[in-house]
Amino acid sequence: MTWETVIGLETHVELATRTKIFCSCTTRFGGAPNTHCCPVCTGMPGALPVLSRAVLDYAVKTGLALGCSITRYSKFDRKNYFYPDLPKAYQISQLYLPIARDGAVDIRTPAGDRTIRIHELHMEEDAGKLVHDPWTDRTQIDLNRCGVPLIEIVTEPDFRTADEVIAYLEKLRETLRYLGVSDCKMQEGSLRCDVNLSVRPMGSTGLGVRTEMKNLNSFKAIARAIAHEADRQIELIEEGKRVIQETRRWDENKDATYAMRSKEDAQDYRYFPEPDLPPIELSEGYLESLRAAQPELAEAKRERYRRMYGLPEYDCRMITSDRALAELFEGLVELGAPPKQGANWIMGEVLGALSARGKEPKDMALTPPTLARLIALVGEGRLNRNTAVKVFEAVFDTDGDVDAHIREHGLEQLNDDALVRETAARVLAADPRSVADYRAGKEKALGALVGQVMRELKGRADPRAVNAVLRELLAQ
Amino acid sequence: MKITTELVDHICGLSCLELQTEEKQDMTAQLEQIVAYMDVLNELDTTGIEPMSHVFPLKNVLREDEELPSQDRAELLACAPASDGEAFLVPKAVE
Repeated sequence: MTWETVIGLETHVELATRTKIFCSCTTRFGGAPNTHCCPVCTGMPGALPVLSRAVLDYAVKTGLALGCSITRYSKFDRKNYFYPDLPKAYQISQLYLPIARDGAVDIRTPAGDRTIRIHELHMEEDAGKLVHDPWTDRTQIDLNRCGVPLIEIVTEPDFRTADEVIAYLEKLRETLRYLGVSDCKMQEGSLRCDVNLSVRPMGSTGLGVRTEMKNLNSFKAIARAIAHEADRQIELIEEGKRVIQETRRWDENKDATYAMRSKEDAQDYRYFPEPDLPPIELSEGYLESLRAAQPELAEAKRERYRRMYGLPEYDCRMITSDRALAELFEGLVELGAPPKQGANWIMGEVLGALSARGKEPKDMALTPPTLARLIALVGEGRLNRNTAVKVFEAVFDTDGDVDAHIREHGLEQLNDDALVRETAARVLAADPRSVADYRAGKEKALGALVGQVMRELKGRADPRAVNAVLRELLAQ
Repeated sequence: MKITTELVDHICGLSCLELQTEEKQDMTAQLEQIVAYMDVLNELDTTGIEPMSHVFPLKNVLREDEELPSQDRAELLACAPASDGEAFLVPKAVE
């Protein structure tokens, strides 16, 4: 029998606000244990949570970007469970009236285009971190992360393959980063994904019993876990056994999932309305102002760059992979740089310099005017491409003054035809061997000669001009 | 609604409580009484009335995203039964 895998995702995203969702403690990652805490986020009796306006804005912006309808009258609920990472013994979340519902995300995979429906998006608080000390057999609780704002984005069971899941997560991450609502760092846990998976005979429309997989810390882990879990379930069914609805934990080292807890007996969350937080009522004016302020997203930019500038698909993809890069590109074009030149510099030198420094595009000092100036000088023939790359390296970290650097180091391209001619003639006279080789048909000898002339002129000549002059002299 | 011993056991499980047999009997009777209050409310005809989650006429109580200093760690840890000076300590809870 052929089997079909059916997958739905629950993605938790930590929002990039300065403060926690219900108190004014910092959300900074790390920090000494329990130093980002107060009576609200440690669950002290009598403490009053107050929702951060930024969390509401970010959640609504995300809902809008994912094509959801925004819930005009929304509220919070308590989800009750006992686990020491949650000091109040309940998590403030949204069950009955989540902030956004019924969205859709279009994805593209090698197998074709698909639409993934978004069931809902809600706001909630993150839990703390537990560390077990095997020596004392005690568990240490660090509540720094407790109360960090999360949005949980729940899809319908619309995925059939791991490729689709990864394509969706990449698109989601790109969108969230463009909106500036999260940095989406999987390794720091600011984007976490639970995978709900079941299998059914191909062609069947009912849903099989599903399991939920947790602890998936990378796209690679997600893809492997999906393959393993689907195989495990199919094997069980084919052996005449049944799949049990449960939560399973992915073990990266063992390349396998194992059962955490059975859903049937553990999960009775006894949700009820959160009395400490008044409801939220959103006006049409508020929604309109957020809609108007939505940035152009990556996909729209790619489409526009292709249409307006005729850039290849690959270039469009590369320069929109990060909002800061796209903004740099648009800045360059606005300052008159030819779009293809701008794209080349970003894909080559800019990405190279960032990766060599282990930096993110948003943290770079380089501004559009600096790079635009460099591109213009190359275009005017006042700087050759190789020298321009050296100048780029020199100004990249501090957004230094391109013209000042060129002046200081005497790097401006020599457009003194007579000098190039004279130097070329001298080099030819001094190297009869290469001249003979060239004339005997060894094209490579010309490269060596160009190199010598460039060295004589300290790299300031235009290599194309040198090449042309040498060919002309050698032909005589 | 009938409160049974099984239901009390279930609630104890969810609340991490261990009760003696006698306490369970007390609890069953008390819960029965508490839930009986709800039956009084259930006598009211609420057809066409919007369910209400809050009794105060408040909405949109929000704060700005401005960081304030957190509480002194020693003071927070002092509120817990056990700590090691950096973290709260509880019996083994990690799987």
